[in-house]
Amino acid sequence: MPLLLALLVPVIVLVILLLWFVATYNGLVQLRNAVKEAWAQIDVQLKRRHDLIPNLVETVKGYAGHERGTLDEVIQARTKAVSAQGPAEAGQAEQALTGALGRLMLLVENYPNLKANENFLALQEELSSTENKIGFARQYYNDSVLQFNTKIQSIPANIIAGMFNFTAASFFELTDQAEREAPQVKF
Amino acid sequence: MWEAIASNQRRSRILIVLMGVLLILVGALIGLTVDPQWGGAAGSLVALAVWLVLWLTAVYGGDSILLSTAGAMPIQKEDAPRLWNVVEEMTIAGGLPLMPAIYLIESDALNAFAVGRKPTVAAVAVTSGLLKRLTRDELQGVIAHELSHIRNLDVRFMTLASVMVGAIAILADGFLRSLRFTGGRRSSRGSGSGQAQLIIFLLAIVVAILAPICAQILYFACSRRREFLADASAARLTRYPDGLASALEKIACGGAPTEPFSRALAPLFIVNPLQSGLAAGLFATHPPTQMRIEILRAMGGRAGYLDYESAYKKVCGEKEACLGARTLGEGDSVQARTATAEPEPQQEAIGRARDVAGLLGRLGQFLEIPCACGMIIKVPPEFKQSEVVCPRCGTTHEVPSAKPIEAQAAGAAREQTYQRKQAGAWESFRCACGQTVQLSPLFAGSHVVCPACKSTIMIAGAKPEMVVK
Repeated sequence: MPLLLALLVPVIVLVILLLWFVATYNGLVQLRNAVKEAWAQIDVQLKRRHDLIPNLVETVKGYAGHERGTLDEVIQARTKAVSAQGPAEAGQAEQALTGALGRLMLLVENYPNLKANENFLALQEELSSTENKIGFARQYYNDSVLQFNTKIQSIPANIIAGMFNFTAASFFELTDQAEREAPQVKF
Repeated sequence: MWEAIASNQRRSRILIVLMGVLLILVGALIGLTVDPQWGGAAGSLVALAVWLVLWLTAVYGGDSILLSTAGAMPIQKEDAPRLWNVVEEMTIAGGLPLMPAIYLIESDALNAFAVGRKPTVAAVAVTSGLLKRLTRDELQGVIAHELSHIRNLDVRFMTLASVMVGAIAILADGFLRSLRFTGGRRSSRGSGSGQAQLIIFLLAIVVAILAPICAQILYFACSRRREFLADASAARLTRYPDGLASALEKIACGGAPTEPFSRALAPLFIVNPLQSGLAAGLFATHPPTQMRIEILRAMGGRAGYLDYESAYKKVCGEKEACLGARTLGEGDSVQARTATAEPEPQQEAIGRARDVAGLLGRLGQFLEIPCACGMIIKVPPEFKQSEVVCPRCGTTHEVPSAKPIEAQAAGAAREQTYQRKQAGAWESFRCACGQTVQLSPLFAGSHVVCPACKSTIMIAGAKPEMVVK
């Protein structure tokens, strides 16, 4: 009887350990995939913005064709953003594109007919919604990264994370200095 | 925020188990009053069977039943692009695997609800009144609240719980009803089995009366807690608690007509459409709307779960947490964003409507004649006269490419002229065809068209002073 017990206890402990291992490993994989998916969502929305711009430029041209400078600026910024390689370059190009679009929208204020145009209003809704979506996708990505990083750094999941090379993901930070400084409150 | 869902599920399981125990207890006790030996087991089996049937109906037909009861119709992106985009944005913000289907309820009431037993088969329904009256930020708050219900698996849980409440109610009700008819017979037969049977019998009556009430109180308490959690999640997803707060204000003050929404649907809506201010308390599915608004307003420019929690404590003066301790990850306190600039919705809507009307007019080959008073007179192609009177200021304009007046072309009717006797009074005269024509005191035009023969009659003489010329 004691022999049986002596055999049984290690077996039970081993089974529990194995179950914990499987659960934790699967949990980590799930979190890592969530981070990847969140990143892909940002890409999808950025691409959507690129697709909207040619239409927008065409519509504005119909009413304010002589505003060549701003229109060309938007087109060039888009071309750069589409062909950008790597996150650093892409981040910079997207920031420039956001700036150019902002100037275009300011310019539109001078053309009441354009502002009342159905097509333009629809495009504006799409564009501002896409920008919201980029923002929310970034928010969700950062939430996922925080969740993942906290998990792989805390005991006991960090043991498995170390064994299988789960490395911390990096946050999506804003490159625009002005935007980053905005929330600071001085007393 | 994942902890929030996990703790939610844990608490739900406890509640479901509690309700299940209550259900089996009711079944067993009722069974025992019928047959002291095997009745207990049989009764609990019957109770479980009733519950299973109700549950399967609710899970597999529930969503479509609910949506069609509310008169909700599915829509596509073209029908309401702004709503569609807002739902898409919140789907991304909440990391839902799939965007829920969107339904529109044709109603002036302001309300919204979500259904779906899991995040991949979910739907949100919004009334058309809500769509018209809310700004984008407010709509975002409402949709975020609804998607939070979907993400927190509230809908599935509430279906499960309400079905259990229903099963308990059906069993208890059936038992009490049967007493009315067979009670005397049974008690006389039970005299043989002695006191134990009598005690079980009395116990069954007490449980049958109390169990449905207990189940409902449990259910409502859980429902209220979930409303708080959905509000907190909405604030965190949108990073803008004031949006939801002002939407709730509008919904609460909307004076929503309640008839279209049935009692069964009421707990699902963002604000319970049937609940009056006094009905709050133990049997309310939603916390008082005023309290929800105050909590959201008290978050003070922050939007995390921790911020919601401290705002809740401040507003209610309670130490007890509303979200549950496990909800709050360390340092889960985030900065809220500022409102998005938006054109005055009313103005925008009018401008848009005019634009569409103008476009349709041009398509229909309407003539547009601008008048000095600012009015643009739209002349339909069927219009045959050579002149048109501005309906606002009374100025007469020539219609550029008007077709010749029929009467003149035919040469039948003589040129008719009516001399006015006095301006600013009702006058009537007879047309050559015999039709009586009336002039109103406000009439200021230079001619009228006979309603019978369609010939033009020139009006000469005094005109009211208001004429702008």
